[in-house]
Amino acid sequence: MINAIVFLPLVGFLIAGLFGRVIGARPAELVTTALLMLAAVLAWVTFLQVGFGGAPASAPVIANWMTSGALKVDWAFRVDTLTAVMLVVVTSVSSLVHLYSIGYMHEDPSRQRFFAYLSLFTFAMLMLVTADNLVQMFFGWEGVGLASYLLIGFWYEKPAANAAAIKAFVVNRVGDFGFALGIFLVFILTKSVSFDTIFAAAPGLANKSIHVFGMDVDAMTITCLLLFMGACGKSAQFLLHTWLPDAMEGPTPVSALIHAATMVTAGVFMVARLSPLFEQAPAALTVVTIIGATTAFFAATVGLVQNDIKRVIAYSTCSQLGYMFVGIGVGGYSLGIFHLFTHAFFKALLFLGAGSVIHAMHHEQDMRRMGGLRKDIPFTFAMMTIGTLALTGVPFTAGYYSKDGIIEAAYAASAHSAAATYAFLATVIAALLTSFYSWRLVFMTFFGERKTGDDHGHDAHHDHGHDDHADHAPHESPLVMLIPLALLAFGALFAGLIFENSFIGEGFTEFWRCSLFVAADNHLLHEMHEVPAMVSLTPTFMMLLGFAAAWYMYIVDTAAPRRLAEGNPFLYRFLLNKWYFDELYDFLFVRPAFWLGRLFWKGGDGRIIDGLGPDGVSARVIDAAGRVVKLQTGFIFNYAFAMLIGVAAMITWYLLEGVR
Amino acid sequence: MFGFGLLSGLIFLPLVGVAFILSLRGDDAATVQNARWAALFTTIVTFLLSLWAWRQFDTASAAFQLIEEKRWLGGGLSYKLGVDGMSMPFVLLTTFLMPFAILASWESITMRVKEYLIAFLVLETLMIGVFCALDLALFYLFFEGGLIPMFLIIGIWGGKRRVYASFKFFLYTLVGSLLMLLAIMAMYGVAGTTDITVLLKTDFPLSMQKWLWLAFFASFAVKMPMWPVHTWLPDAHVEAPTAGSVILAAILLKMGGYGFIRFSLPMFPDASHYFSPLVWTLSIIAIIYTSLVALVQEDMKKLIAYSSVAHMGFVTMGLFAMTQQGVQGAIFQMISHGLVSGALFLCVGVVYDRMHTRDIAAYGGLVQRMPLYAVALMVFTLANVGLPGTSGFVGEFLSLLGVFVVNSWVAGFATTGVILSACYALYLYRRIIFGVLDKPALAAIMDLSPREIVLLAPLGVLTIYYGVHPGPVLDASAASVALLVKNYDAALAAIKTAALVAH
Repeated sequence: MINAIVFLPLVGFLIAGLFGRVIGARPAELVTTALLMLAAVLAWVTFLQVGFGGAPASAPVIANWMTSGALKVDWAFRVDTLTAVMLVVVTSVSSLVHLYSIGYMHEDPSRQRFFAYLSLFTFAMLMLVTADNLVQMFFGWEGVGLASYLLIGFWYEKPAANAAAIKAFVVNRVGDFGFALGIFLVFILTKSVSFDTIFAAAPGLANKSIHVFGMDVDAMTITCLLLFMGACGKSAQFLLHTWLPDAMEGPTPVSALIHAATMVTAGVFMVARLSPLFEQAPAALTVVTIIGATTAFFAATVGLVQNDIKRVIAYSTCSQLGYMFVGIGVGGYSLGIFHLFTHAFFKALLFLGAGSVIHAMHHEQDMRRMGGLRKDIPFTFAMMTIGTLALTGVPFTAGYYSKDGIIEAAYAASAHSAAATYAFLATVIAALLTSFYSWRLVFMTFFGERKTGDDHGHDAHHDHGHDDHADHAPHESPLVMLIPLALLAFGALFAGLIFENSFIGEGFTEFWRCSLFVAADNHLLHEMHEVPAMVSLTPTFMMLLGFAAAWYMYIVDTAAPRRLAEGNPFLYRFLLNKWYFDELYDFLFVRPAFWLGRLFWKGGDGRIIDGLGPDGVSARVIDAAGRVVKLQTGFIFNYAFAMLIGVAAMITWYLLEGVR
Repeated sequence: MFGFGLLSGLIFLPLVGVAFILSLRGDDAATVQNARWAALFTTIVTFLLSLWAWRQFDTASAAFQLIEEKRWLGGGLSYKLGVDGMSMPFVLLTTFLMPFAILASWESITMRVKEYLIAFLVLETLMIGVFCALDLALFYLFFEGGLIPMFLIIGIWGGKRRVYASFKFFLYTLVGSLLMLLAIMAMYGVAGTTDITVLLKTDFPLSMQKWLWLAFFASFAVKMPMWPVHTWLPDAHVEAPTAGSVILAAILLKMGGYGFIRFSLPMFPDASHYFSPLVWTLSIIAIIYTSLVALVQEDMKKLIAYSSVAHMGFVTMGLFAMTQQGVQGAIFQMISHGLVSGALFLCVGVVYDRMHTRDIAAYGGLVQRMPLYAVALMVFTLANVGLPGTSGFVGEFLSLLGVFVVNSWVAGFATTGVILSACYALYLYRRIIFGVLDKPALAAIMDLSPREIVLLAPLGVLTIYYGVHPGPVLDASAASVALLVKNYDAALAAIKTAALVAH
């Protein structure tokens, strides 16, 4: 069955990719979507069997990938609870996004290519989550990176899309740099890359030191930090986050699937999968906590002032990923995964809802040009509201259980860790900001005055497809786009309620079994239920506060945001420009790379190596030859004079020899 | 075969094709076409024969196989051939790529076609000879002989600055090989023979090893090419015709790496160990420096040429790690690079044949007119970047892993190459393929012709096949590399004990 789940999307990719132009767009859409839905059904069956039916975890080997000396890498599909959770998330969201895209992309001339990419992505993501060794995980890891690159740059005529695609790939590669080194270190320490062997060896490696990069350091700490660097790249954590907002250049269904629900959560999954390693490296977990908390806070601040509807949600994703890492960093791996699980539903819902808005607005993404849409697209409005409720953590929605759980866990852990205290504060403030920017989005889009029709020009936001719309009135999306919204909304409302007990409650051990490792002295899940009531209520209070603030500023007194921005111009610009990270990296890395390249090329290769080497030598030869030519003047007396000097010199030499 | 073995057959078969082409009279279109078919037929038969040799080859054994020996030139020199797991893959790579080289020149070469084909067939003979020779003098003959046809190919059928490029190529490589010739004579002086199997068992004194190592290094480093003696490569590539670039990148560069594996490492283990920091340093510089240079290139071929230098940096780095993964990774990287860089140069040739410029700025938005070409170039670009699932990944991963075990700094610096390669490769792809097709000259550009599909498809399939199933290449070299590493470690241990005893 697991073979079917993983390979069905690959089959879809091959059919749509190789024969898409032969069979036409509609068959390609239907085939890929149908195959994905089949995979999703099978994934849910697997999930129920493994998570609740007690089916044993397994990792059947499919084939050998590479063998070299002690290194042996197999293709194998590991199925345990953690994988099953991810299978459900990936295939469900992916099949819904496939379905949704039939409507969303219906005007695009190269839909086959789009669906092929979507299926390719799903295949790579499934390879990632079913990996039984680090190298196969790396295969999936870079595979999703490739799919992300292709999909961000899907509209290849837009220079911004191409730039964003390359940026995404390269920044991810920076993370992969760490990931790769981490794999090498694991191999040195355990002589294996296969999970079972590594996990068995991990306890014995605690507090062992290793000599790398000229230092003696704690082996597990450095390994986990390097691996975490990979996670940071993929999950767009602080310092390596810059690619995610730009990735919004891709079509909106892509943002929902890749940049919200699945690929960006791969980093969280990776750390959870490697929990046996991270549990032996408390220092690394502290770093995870700090980075996660910083991201949660930082991204939320930037989200406050963005005007592009997708960018707001993108920063929100970034921030929520920070929450997940906080959950993991304080030792609650299942908390991180639980938030990943619920987040997949409501964030995909928000993105697809935003897509529906954009669709209604004829590819307008600037919220300042929206407003009053709740009457035109009531269903989308309802769905977006549900998503917002879940994201902000209104009691009994999905986000309430997972996000508040993380905040409580951070508080519980702060008893013995300063980093957790920081994380608690950061996540609480971020909860306030989250509520504010989420409601700001809803109010700016759906409430207030209709702003369409006046200066709604065909500007940079839509240079594809939609050109000949005589009717500019917003319109509700077709059913094929609304059904996925409804299904995701169901998940956003009830996923928390249904699964809380299994994921982070009493059913914890029975549900996860061996797929997550928790050290013997890690009682976080119990401690978090014993935090004071005040702490439990804090996130809810913050949510209400954020809602009130947004209500005041965008409904009651709509001049307030402008006043505030003008009152704090520096802060406003700082946030609007995303803390100037892009400018900083451009200055630190991009420009120097090109400058150095030119220096090495013209200076190093051209002037020094060639100048002193072949060109220099040949120039000297020509020089010398030229001088020799000058000696040959053709005048007898010159030659005679030269001969005379020669004879004189010879005689002198003989005389001196003779004297000796 | 007339008292000769299979390997001799491989070496001399292309010369039979040469003889046939020489026998063709006249220069009319039909004759020229016959010559093309003859050359193609010859290279295909040679490839099939090499597959036969591959069937006879026992991958489980580390010993030389298919050995044949004839006395030659009287005394110590002999005509001795044989292959082991470290040379067999290169023989196959050579015979596999030659038909592609002939086919790539099918339409683009119109001047002196017969001579051109003869040059390529002679080149094939010499290249196969290099990988089969088990006599040092014979090896030198083939190794240096290969210079001549390539010199002619660049100098006669090349671009505008072909004479400059071919002389640069010739001088660089010749200076290196003269030093090697001296070393060979010195080795003959010690061992009394040039038989490689005997030399492999000869212990050269440490002081002598260092000099010999340096002499061999001078030659192989130029061939490889390693920084800072790499500047002939971009010029040679830019001026060479497409097929010349393919063979140059895919096979001639591998001779340097093969030389390290066959001579430097096993014959001078102590010197190799002694000089390994030097090699690593040069490799790291090559990876980072040339990747940055590749980033700012304006000429497609130059960009790929610089990226070749960077990839060869991974090879030398992995080789001198002298671990199983490092050496196997390096060998795999060479095979993979042979396929991928060959294909990339073919891809450049495709658009060059249409537009007669290699200037990156002259292109843009090609995906709209050439979707098949865009797919092919994407596959090879990704393999060049080392994406898992393509052959490029396996070699890079194994060689980096192998070197990390020995020296984490080296691996750390070299891994930055993984980031940089993504930068220059995707940047190139974007400028050629993506964007708006607004240049009038490109408005009528045609997608791949059937001939070009036949050229690129097998390479693409192999690139992906070896990416997910590198077993055939890795298994072939496993036993021989294991023996190489074992002997190397034993030699180092012997030195260490000797040092301890002396104290």
